[in-house]
Amino acid sequence: MDKKKVSLWTLFWTFAKVGVMTFGGGYAMLPILQREVVEARGWTTEEQLMDYYAIGQCTPGVIAVNTATFIGQSKRGILGGIVATLGVVFPSLVIISILAGLISNFSHLVWVKNAFAGIQVCVCVLIFNAVVKLLKKSVIDKPTAVIFGLVLLGGIFLDLSPAWFVILAGAAGILLKNWEVKKK
Amino acid sequence: MMTYLRLYWEFFKTGLFAVGGGMATLPFLKDIGQATGWYTDTDLMNMLAVSESTPGPIGINMATYVGFTVGGIPGAIIATVGEVTPSIIVILLVAAILEKFRDSKLVGSAFYGLRPASTGLIGAACVTVVLQVLGQISVQAADSGLLNAFAPASNAGRPFWPGFALAAVLLVLTNWVKPTKKLHPIVFIAFSAVVGIALGAMGLL
Repeated sequence: MDKKKVSLWTLFWTFAKVGVMTFGGGYAMLPILQREVVEARGWTTEEQLMDYYAIGQCTPGVIAVNTATFIGQSKRGILGGIVATLGVVFPSLVIISILAGLISNFSHLVWVKNAFAGIQVCVCVLIFNAVVKLLKKSVIDKPTAVIFGLVLLGGIFLDLSPAWFVILAGAAGILLKNWEVKKK
Repeated sequence: MMTYLRLYWEFFKTGLFAVGGGMATLPFLKDIGQATGWYTDTDLMNMLAVSESTPGPIGINMATYVGFTVGGIPGAIIATVGEVTPSIIVILLVAAILEKFRDSKLVGSAFYGLRPASTGLIGAACVTVVLQVLGQISVQAADSGLLNAFAPASNAGRPFWPGFALAAVLLVLTNWVKPTKKLHPIVFIAFSAVVGIALGAMGLL
């Protein structure tokens, strides 16, 4: 890898650009990262980026932030990781704060309320589509189908923090895989 | 001050336990709203719609929006920083042991269980949200709607029939119609906003 020092400012600025251009979540970010980080800057190779991105998906938190932290730390250590993350969240902070202020000023208007009544229906459909897409990737056999079903029901009917389901499911995954190995 | 500390802590937990991207934070944000009364599920739906329609990763946009709703600009910053803190810690740790992490059986088997659970949680959020929007049925009593600035002008307990029709059209457009299914969500959100305004003008809301 290129050992030439990247300035913290360049890191921040590049990731702020990636943040602005990411429209709709971590999955939309990959092509933009490929362009900015691999092609334009040469900070990582394509393979390294895929590794970082894959780990970013399977560690807790927002994928975009995880990937940014990874690349930032590979260039400038811990401080680099933090600066890259601040860069990627900076546009959101500015844009959403402005919009949130605007929307709360207009929320009493009848047509704005009606528009949001329509939008809420759309959000239902978007969440549903996201669940269907995730199902294909996460429910791959009978045990994972059972975990999905139990958590789905628990999430609807139990007044429990989602964190508990995550912890229990992680433990269940480890137990199930161990058991599978022993059975063989 | 206490509110800011609580905000930081709640988002720290969200960042630590939400696995699988921005949408995975939704069940946690729902939980926070219900536990604190800072916002209702309906408010959250609107924030999600705005977060999907603006630049930036959805998870971060939602954290910023919720934070702003709770505590203005300082709230927005605190919630976002809270959500990314665990990411930074975890990634820096993982980066130090990258090779081992990638090949670890333990990590692999934990995620074998985590992924369907994360999907289940989002599914549960989906079910309660659909009941609320289309059936006007509130699953949790905590959702009394005090802060509910955007509630449709109608009618608790009555099914939202035009909503069903709109949902059916959107489902078809986003999944089965070739020319439209690849379109960005913002197109469907804008379309639904127009439909909502039209329904209101026709007195159907």
